[in-house]
Amino acid sequence: MSEEKQGKLDLNRHDMPKQSPEMRRHNFNEVALGYTQELAVAEAKRCLQCKKPKCRTGCPVEIDIPDFISYIVKGDFKSGIKKLKEKNCLPAVCGRVCPQESQCESQCILKNKGAEVAIGRLERFLADWEATQGEVDIPLKAARTGKKVAVVGSGPAGITVAGDLILLGHDVTIFEALHKAGGVLIYGIPEFRLPKAIVAREVEYVKKLGVNVITDYVVGKTRSIDELLKEFDAIFIGTGAGLPWFMNIPGENLNGVYSANEYLTRMNLMQGYRFPMSSTPIRKHAKVAVVGGGNVAMDSARTALRMGADEVRIIYRRSHSELPARAEESENAEEEGVIFNMLTLPVQYIGDENGWLREIECLKMELGEPDASGRPRPVEMPNSNFKMKMDAVVCAIGNSPNPLVPSTTPGLETTRHGTLVANPETGKTTRDRVWAGGDIVTGAATVILAMGAGRKAARSIHEFLTTGKQ
Amino acid sequence: MNRVIERTMIVPNMHLLTLEAPEIARKIQPGQFVIVRADDEGERIPLSVADWDIGKGTITIIFMEVGASTGVLAGLTAGDSVATCVGPLGNATTIGRFGTVMCVGGCYGIGSIYPVARELWYAGNEIIMVFEARSSYLIYWADRFVHRAAKIFTITRDGSLGMKGHITRLTDVIHALPKPPDRIIVNGCTYLMAHASEVTKNLGIPTVVNLNPIMIDGTGMCGVCRVTVGGTTKFACVDGPEFDGHEVDWKEFLARRKQYTNEETSYFRHSDPKPILHREGKCHS
Ligand SMILES: Cc1cc2nc3c(=O)[nH]c(=O)nc-3n(C[C@H](O)[C@H](O)[C@H](O)COP(=O)(O)OP(=O)(O)OC[C@H]3O[C@@H](n4cnc5c(N)ncnc54)[C@H](O)[C@@H]3O)c2cc1C
Ligand SMILES: Cc1cc2nc3c(=O)[nH]c(=O)nc-3n(C[C@H](O)[C@H](O)[C@H](O)COP(=O)(O)OP(=O)(O)OC[C@H]3O[C@@H](n4cnc5c(N)ncnc54)[C@H](O)[C@@H]3O)c2cc1C
Ligand code: SF4
Ligand code: SF4
Ligand code: FES
Repeated sequence: MSEEKQGKLDLNRHDMPKQSPEMRRHNFNEVALGYTQELAVAEAKRCLQCKKPKCRTGCPVEIDIPDFISYIVKGDFKSGIKKLKEKNCLPAVCGRVCPQESQCESQCILKNKGAEVAIGRLERFLADWEATQGEVDIPLKAARTGKKVAVVGSGPAGITVAGDLILLGHDVTIFEALHKAGGVLIYGIPEFRLPKAIVAREVEYVKKLGVNVITDYVVGKTRSIDELLKEFDAIFIGTGAGLPWFMNIPGENLNGVYSANEYLTRMNLMQGYRFPMSSTPIRKHAKVAVVGGGNVAMDSARTALRMGADEVRIIYRRSHSELPARAEESENAEEEGVIFNMLTLPVQYIGDENGWLREIECLKMELGEPDASGRPRPVEMPNSNFKMKMDAVVCAIGNSPNPLVPSTTPGLETTRHGTLVANPETGKTTRDRVWAGGDIVTGAATVILAMGAGRKAARSIHEFLTTGKQ
Repeated sequence: MNRVIERTMIVPNMHLLTLEAPEIARKIQPGQFVIVRADDEGERIPLSVADWDIGKGTITIIFMEVGASTGVLAGLTAGDSVATCVGPLGNATTIGRFGTVMCVGGCYGIGSIYPVARELWYAGNEIIMVFEARSSYLIYWADRFVHRAAKIFTITRDGSLGMKGHITRLTDVIHALPKPPDRIIVNGCTYLMAHASEVTKNLGIPTVVNLNPIMIDGTGMCGVCRVTVGGTTKFACVDGPEFDGHEVDWKEFLARRKQYTNEETSYFRHSDPKPILHREGKCHS
């Protein structure tokens, strides 16, 4: 870094305007309001335009970060978004939900001054700016190859594969089990964090590129992978990690005990918060406990608050510093009034005579030696049992891949975690002409990793379709 | 979008719905179900498939009008369409050569057990059919079973046809046979399945039921359909819906089905008043 640049260091990271906690805990509108043009330019100016940008190494898809930021400084947003989209086809989504503090921003040179450039917010700014510009430019498509590709699942992995391959001239059809495309982005992540209109726009975009999106189609049931292989030259499996875990403790099937998937699906996909204007009910509970400490847990807790709960608790078996959720999200939750019960483990749910949850029994934990994940192992404190009155529990302790596709596809190898075996560089599975990527391969991970995997698989599928090599 | 080919009320409150769904028709097996969403705001509701025609590319559902979603379906006419019809979901009913199989159907289960009985008959079993209903006028499709069932029994609560009383009279039906059936299959409302299982457990006759819990996705993603069978939790949509009736925790199952009763009734308070005409057909669940 040159001397003169250091002289101009601006360490004032610009906050993004947000709805106030008092207000937002009563509505489902987006919490963060996004940078204004002025704020974006001011924040962009703080970037040092490093010759060897470390930030880039923190981004799983290696976005040319200083380059896109330089266009914001110049006010040339059109070129900025174009640059961004070379590497990331879902910037409006990633700018909102990427764990930037552990990815791109964690590597920014200004991080050690405590003032890393707000890369995610700038990314979001460009994407939102583009959305206000009316019709999005459709890039030039390669000549049609006549090859047909089926994409199973319409999450970020599937959308990326589809978007890339259609531009390379192949015919692409997405098969999606649910009635709306978008994967977790549509059924899991709540409106107040990722407005559904944004996801719908991305889906519309790939449709506009010519991708055929077929919803209400369960691969493995409506048609198997082997049946699809008769019609399609290649298949990409991006079915995610949608199988919810439970803890196998007494009382888990009481009414009022939900998986986070159920709770969030009722809310997001089925729009339960609008009931009875929408037709899928969701119950309003006064006291809700959410078990787990990841993004899914925060989303569930904050949803419960917005549904009018008086008391919402996060119950997590480790301590605050081990919370796997994005820092921004646990802070948001805390500001909104979610209570954190750290070092606590539910051991039993107790119901009333009608089968409804009334109380949960927990144990206190303490931190022990680091375990395989490198985090301190939570250890039960004997005789520390205590009870809490609760009307509902949302279990957000994790998900694994849905076995539906693997179990109906002979020869498709899985690991003992139920994930698909695939080459990390190409996404190629153990079956001829079949690729996979995203959560189905990695287990529950992130949007950007799913996208990155989709991109690699698209490259490999394209190579196969044009050269026959796989 | 799936086109409605036919929608008729076949007995009071019970409707037949035939939808265009060629891919499902090609794949469906007895005992499987579809998830239907009537319109764009619609709830996803699971419905068993009672018949299908591969040639015409259609599937037929028998459903009872019990609430808001089935209410909308009951208002459809040929040429309309439903927003979603996805399937076939769940596992097929186990078909084998069991010997004598008693098929017990009540409510919509008379329809859903029809393809099961047909397949079991093709597989070489002797079929004993038992209809259960409030009254004789609520029994439908009896003609469809006639040439396949060796015997047909009827239990009506008002005694208007066959034996008078509740499903507990199944004991008398079984005792009226020269020897107990080798297997019993029960389809219909939850109480029917629960009580029939209780009766046959005492008699020690293997009994399978097609469970009908609340569902959302039908693919194993949400877990709302969980049910305790033999002490372990199962997801009815992917592990079932067929289960051993003697192993199901019926108390829990009945409670779980009532999770949204309050909300579902509030729906009627909020939505346009829509008279539900043929309430007398409602079964006791
Ligand atoms: C509540 C929640 C919050 C999250 N928050 C964040 C966050 O803040 N930041 C972040 O980076 N990540 C977050 N994640 C994780 C992220 O959403 C996932 O890692 C990502 O969506 C995985 O993408 P995917 O394409 O692999 O699969 P998914 O998004 O899971 O999509 C898979 C799709 O395949 C469909 N499908 C499944 N089986 C079949 C079948 N047999 N036939 C047809 N279709 C099928 C599914 O219905 C689904 O639509 C969150 C996840 C959840 C649940
Ligand atoms: C595998 C399976 C197969 C089924 N097959 C048939 C069938 O062939 N014909 C038929 O008439 N019914 C069938 N059902 C039941 C049918 O799904 C419900 O009657 C329907 O969902 C009621 O919707 P509603 O909005 O009209 O009523 P609601 O107002 O939602 O509720 C009325 C009653 O139905 C129950 N219910 C509500 N939602 C569901 C749901 N998603 N699943 C189950 N029960 C619910 C409630 O406990 C309530 O008591 C089946 C259910 C399952 C799980
Ligand atoms: S995609 Fe995610 S990790 Fe990459 S630059 Fe954007 S916000 Fe950072
Ligand atoms: S490391 Fe930080 S300052 Fe350097 S280019 Fe990247 S964002 Fe800009
Ligand atoms: S209906 Fe969602 S898991 Fe069975």
